[in-house]
Amino acid sequence: MLRYTIRRLVQLVGVVLVLSLLLFAWMRSLPGGPVSALLGERATPESREALTKQLGLDQPIFVQYFKFLGRAASGDFGVSTGVQPGDSALDIFLQRFPATIELSFFAIVIAIAVGVPLGYLAAKRRGGWFDNFSVIGSLIGVAVPVFFLAYVLKDVASDALGLPSFGRQGDIDATRVTGFFTLDGLLTGEFDATLDALEHLILPAIALATIPFAVIFRITRAAVLDVLDEDFVRTAESKGLTAPVIRRRHVLRNSMLPVVTTIGLQTGALLSGAVLTEKVFVIPGVGQALAIGFERRDYPVLLLLIIMATIVYVVVNLLVDLSYALIDPRIRTR
Amino acid sequence: MALLEVRDLSVVFQRKGEEPFRAVDGVSFDVEPGQTVGLVGESGCGKSVTSLAIMGLLPKRGATVTGTVTYDGTDLLKLSDKQMRDKRGSELGMVFQDPLSSLNPVVPIGLQVTEVLERHRGMPRKEAMIEAKDLLDKVGIPDPNRRLKEYPHQLSGGMRQRALIAIALACRPKLLIADEPTTALDVTIQAQILSLMKELVQDLGTALVMITHDLGVVAGLCDEVNVLYGGKVVEKAMRHKLFAEPRHPYTHGLLASIPRLDAAPGEKLTPIRGSVADNIPWTSACAFAPRCPNALDVCVQVTPPEEDQLGRLLRCHNPVVPGTPAAEEVPV
Repeated sequence: MLRYTIRRLVQLVGVVLVLSLLLFAWMRSLPGGPVSALLGERATPESREALTKQLGLDQPIFVQYFKFLGRAASGDFGVSTGVQPGDSALDIFLQRFPATIELSFFAIVIAIAVGVPLGYLAAKRRGGWFDNFSVIGSLIGVAVPVFFLAYVLKDVASDALGLPSFGRQGDIDATRVTGFFTLDGLLTGEFDATLDALEHLILPAIALATIPFAVIFRITRAAVLDVLDEDFVRTAESKGLTAPVIRRRHVLRNSMLPVVTTIGLQTGALLSGAVLTEKVFVIPGVGQALAIGFERRDYPVLLLLIIMATIVYVVVNLLVDLSYALIDPRIRTR
Repeated sequence: MALLEVRDLSVVFQRKGEEPFRAVDGVSFDVEPGQTVGLVGESGCGKSVTSLAIMGLLPKRGATVTGTVTYDGTDLLKLSDKQMRDKRGSELGMVFQDPLSSLNPVVPIGLQVTEVLERHRGMPRKEAMIEAKDLLDKVGIPDPNRRLKEYPHQLSGGMRQRALIAIALACRPKLLIADEPTTALDVTIQAQILSLMKELVQDLGTALVMITHDLGVVAGLCDEVNVLYGGKVVEKAMRHKLFAEPRHPYTHGLLASIPRLDAAPGEKLTPIRGSVADNIPWTSACAFAPRCPNALDVCVQVTPPEEDQLGRLLRCHNPVVPGTPAAEEVPV
């Protein structure tokens, strides 16, 4: 298990290196660039040249890349040119990362907490009205674009429910410890701050949760349907076990492998959804920074954020693979 | 009074847009306390469905069960879901065909034994574990303490079936139903499992309903035998009587199709021609008629009634005359 983990982490280093090279090349092949973005259309050729030189963009791309690697090794990922010009890319990442993680975490928790039980119930009542209704509902969940639902929640539901229509901003008077608003309140005992953070988080999290919810629901339903037909479920029934024991120990435990896999894959989708959700609810997170970064061709910030997103994705999927062994002893002993 | 009285049990499967299928058609039999009764027949004769109906394990939707299944004075078919759950595992035990797929692959053997003790005997987990160890020991699993912690895939086929038997007998049920418990096992293991079951039901005084297509199993175990065909009992007799003098052509054919050690080398086996797919409905004929060497015109016109012939129940218009050798040879 340990060797496997180490091998996967070494692979991750390779993935990051290749990805950084590709990103480097791709971003520089985009039309425009940080110079045009900073100086505008009517800049003089001289000033353009000076800035190009200052940013190091006049050098061959290989030289730029290896310089970047060299600096990155010592923790310097360059200075933002567009998102928050002058700030270091790392600072921007550290400021914004907790908000996005918080949003994604709550979204996936909602998706699991609703998707798995509904998927189980739908499978149990296969072909009944509840099943049909939920299957159609989940199709709608996948089909409705995140930004549309986000606007509906922001403009309609927030009024009706009396919830704030924008995300938590950084400029609050609560004590910051970890940068996670909900967690900080609990750590410092400022529970009203946690409550406030949750109120700001609930609508964006719901908007972001819809697609993962729908996918988790469908996969759970299919997996439970498979397991319900298994002989060992009939054995469990023949033992006269109570319904909750059969459900938890015999059905759900055997249905969890595909569901956990899906949860891992959905973290990728979550990040692209976060870009839209953060935009709509004005949440100062990574997604928002990515959107601005692309508009203004902020190479250092984009590079760092995308690489970090990749690392999160790979690590989550590594955890998923490791959890297989917890769920299924046949994998553990192999 | 018998421990189990099955009367006129019928099971009809109905799927949307399909003809209803009568899998079990008016089956009746008794099981006395401590007695072993065999239900014999080839695949599709309704023997497994009969056992699932008795246990209340048929799907609620799509299967209609009629008749009565009186166990210890109460009709099991009238019990609520909850009352039936209380009976299953405690008073009624069941052993299934394929021991690998019948055990939960992600739960240790120990918990699969203890959960039934916790459920019905209210034992705390620790106490149940000690009991489970004794149970595994009793069914002949070596090193039970280690096996309790292992998972089904770490056990051999024979040990898995022993574990399933331990589970079924954990609460000392008065009735055990075994649905082809040896079919998935090696021949040598089959014999071990059968003698184990025989020993255990004798020790515990458990009545046993043995469901099998294997007449060898019946010969070694059963007091009384019910031969099923097309969802009906076609012949019922005590074991010795049935083996010595099979009267129904189907029973006769089943016995004739068993290879014998004392047969001359090169002697051909006598199979029953055709398959279950050739069945015709019982409504106004004998379902076995298309495959029957003794078939008369009346067999495809009138349903044969059940007749009591000196302690033997027989459903046939033209039974085999005692002493008839195997029917005509059919090239295989």
